[in-house]
Parts: sequence; C-alpha cells; structure tokens
Amino acid sequence: MKPQEYQQLVKENQPPRHVWKNVLLAFLVGGAICLVGQAVLEFVSGVERTTDEAAAVTLAIMILIGSILTGLGIYDEIAEQGGAGAAVPITGFSNTITAAAMEFRREGFILGMGAKMFVIAGPVLVYGILSGFVVALIKAVVLGHF
Amino acid sequence: MNGVRVGSQTIAFPSCPRLIAMHTVVGKQEGQGPYAEYFHEILADDLLGQKTPEKAERQILEQTIDQALRKQGLVPQDIQYYVGGDLLNQVISTVFSARSLEVPFLGIFSACGTFSQGLGLASVLLQGGFADKVLVATSSHYQTAERQYRYPIELNVQHVSTNQHTVTGAGACVLAADGEGPKITHATFGKVVDMGLKNPNDMGSAMAPAALATLEQHLADTGRSPDYYDLILTGDLGRQGLKMLRILAEKKNLQLNNVADGGALIYGDNPKFGAGASGAACSAVMTLGYVNTQLFLGKLHKVLLIGTGAMLNQLTIQQGESIPTIAHAAAIEA
Repeated sequence: MKPQEYQQLVKENQPPRHVWKNVLLAFLVGGAICLVGQAVLEFVSGVERTTDEAAAVTLAIMILIGSILTGLGIYDEIAEQGGAGAAVPITGFSNTITAAAMEFRREGFILGMGAKMFVIAGPVLVYGILSGFVVALIKAVVLGHF
Repeated sequence: MNGVRVGSQTIAFPSCPRLIAMHTVVGKQEGQGPYAEYFHEILADDLLGQKTPEKAERQILEQTIDQALRKQGLVPQDIQYYVGGDLLNQVISTVFSARSLEVPFLGIFSACGTFSQGLGLASVLLQGGFADKVLVATSSHYQTAERQYRYPIELNVQHVSTNQHTVTGAGACVLAADGEGPKITHATFGKVVDMGLKNPNDMGSAMAPAALATLEQHLADTGRSPDYYDLILTGDLGRQGLKMLRILAEKKNLQLNNVADGGALIYGDNPKFGAGASGAACSAVMTLGYVNTQLFLGKLHKVLLIGTGAMLNQLTIQQGESIPTIAHAAAIEA
C-alpha cells in the first residue's frame, strides 16, 4: 500500500469528533468563567472608583483564580471538558503560565521556572502584541493620524 | 548450538532461552484497570515520594529489577548483560538503573517496542553462548513522558480519543540458558516503516503498518499461519491502531482472529485514557504479568508479542517530519 493510500484510509477511519458536544461544553464552561468574572467585576466596581481600575482588579483576581485552580490540579480537568471555553478566557492564559512554572520548577528557579514559565504563553504575548501594533498602525493610517 | 536464521528477518533459538525470573510494577491508574490482578506490584503513589517524576521512574525501575533478581535468589553478579531502555532522551532512566548494578549494559531504544527488542537481543546473546543470564528491563512514566513529548501536566489541553496514555511502571525479567519458565523460540526484528503520518495524537495509526509488516514477515519466515498462536499481542497500538491493523490485514486477506493489543487492554474501556495505553512499560507488564500468568496456567500456549514503537520526538514533530515506526516480534511458548 502506498503512503498516500494509507493516509487516506487513516483519515476515513478516524473516530467521530463530537463537534457539537464540544462546542456546547466550551460555551457552557467559557460562559461560566465569564459569569464569575462578571460577578467579580460587579463586586469590585463597588470598591474601585473608575471602570478601568475595576477591570484591572477583576483581571488580576481572575488570573489568581486560574492560577490557584491550576496549582490544585483542577484547571486541567475543567479544560478536558471545556476545551477552548477554558483556554480562551484569561484564566486559561494564567493556567499556561502556572502549569509551565510548576512543571519546570524542578530544574531550578533560574534556568527552569524563570526561563520556561512563558514557554506556552510566550507566543500568545508575541503575536498578541504584534497584531495589536499592526491593527493600531492600520487605524492610524485610515484615520489619517500621520 | 548456533541460532538459525529463518527466512529474511527471523532468528530461531533452538536452545530456547527461558524467562526464569520476572517482576512488574505499575502505577495507581494501571492498578485500577481490568488487568490489575496480573501485576506483581501496584504503586500507591506514582511519585514514590520523590521530588521529580524522573527520579520516581528510576526508582520504580530499580525496584522492579531488584525484585526480579531477588525472586530467584539471583544477584547482579549472576547476570552477564543488562539490556534495557525507556522513553526518555538518552534512555536515561535505564542508564541510571544500570549505574548501581555493575553489569555490562546495553541501552536500547524502540520507544514502546523496546521490550520485545530486548527479549530478542537477550535471546541472541544466550543462543550464541555469550551469556548464561541476561537481564531485560524497560520502564515508562506518564509524567516524564508527558513533559518530554507533550505539554506540562497541568496545562489546559483537551485530549482527543486517539491519544494514548503513557503507562507508569516497569517490567524486568531474567532470560537464562537453562531453568524453568516460558521460552523464547523466535525473534523477528522489524524494519523502520514510515507511511507519512504526522499526527502525534494518533500514534496507533502510524504504528499499525509496522506491526503488520513485522507480523507478515514473521509468518512468511516461519511458514506459520496467525492461528499457530493462541494470542498475537501487539503493544501498543491502542484501540485506534488495532482498528487500523485489522483493516490493513483484511485488505491483505490475512485472518487475524486472535490478535489483541496491550495498550487497548490495560485501562479497559475508560475513555479518560483515549485510545488506550502506550509506553515502554506497557508491553513489558502485559507480557510479564498477563501473558506469563496465562502461559503458566495453561490458558495460553503460544504467544507472539509484537512490540511497536513510534519513533518521534518534539523536534521532528515541530519541524513537520512524519513519524517513523518500528515493530519487533518475539515468539513466547509455555
């Protein structure tokens, strides 16, 4: 059998992917996380003076929650069910950093944890900042700020 | 008496090296599966209280070897060669386990097919009269394999149903020129097969053609039909790989009535483990635990172990290379 034939055969015989179930679970898990975020924001808004400050504190709290749940070994279980619903919110971003920090802690604080903490989150930062820059540039050009 | 080359890839061992001592250790999750009763020791803590899973894997392997030797009242000085391997870079767990043994050491790597490769090589050494007793041991650990091949343990990853879960555990055995125990009659060392598959989350499908190639070659070399064996145990194709093996065999009109896969069996049907198990320890513990018991009880008489390995690493996957695979067969009879 030729490799191409076999690759086709493998493709035809992959187990079915439960796309709708995954989408629904992602929606529910992601929605639940956002609901918690909203509740935190409502609470914090009563304490902080401006919306910006309240949003910043809310993000910090959500990052903390994601990090603690990762440390307790719960977040990966949530993600196993929730998929992108758990990965996309900022708690998921927090999980990538905490999980890497925990994993590489064994190789020491400098060359282990320090160096590899952003091994998963790094690309998100790099391309997040890059795309932010590009979008800002387009906006500046379109609005004629140059 | 010298070994006999049979056909193009098979070696027969007229002196029938015997598995005179063996021990298997598995982790907690393997110990909760349907084959738990066949394993000699089940760990309560996969980390054994160690700081790193790498240390734990070494300790599991060392304990397994120690117990295997102790059962027959053997000491390392009785052993002429230690043939073994694991999944980690530079087969480092096995190297560490050989450090204290002071036995000439041959580190080998065929990923999850390492154990059957070890059985074959040990039999060659014994058949050739180069040794009286050879130690074969392999180990793997879920946590060490995850971090080397995949992601940090606690990362938010959703596993797919073709993923395989690395077995935590180790298997060790002593093969001897004389003694009591199951005998190794043939070994068929496989060629590297690469069908161009690139999905590291479906290693079973990648390995199935290698398993079939070695099986076909073994049957052609020995002139046997698959029914000669009571059980053809592949390891570790997982459910998906086994399915592909059956499809491939059917296309070649090869009737496989008695084929099972160690990786598909060890965790039962628990979907948590995807398509089943993998890992260098998987076929070792299934052979030395399950198969050996069945041979002893007379429920099985002739078994063909086909250990399969997906020879990938993170670099080759990230660089877009396909997955080379291999399968080695060892015929075991009561």
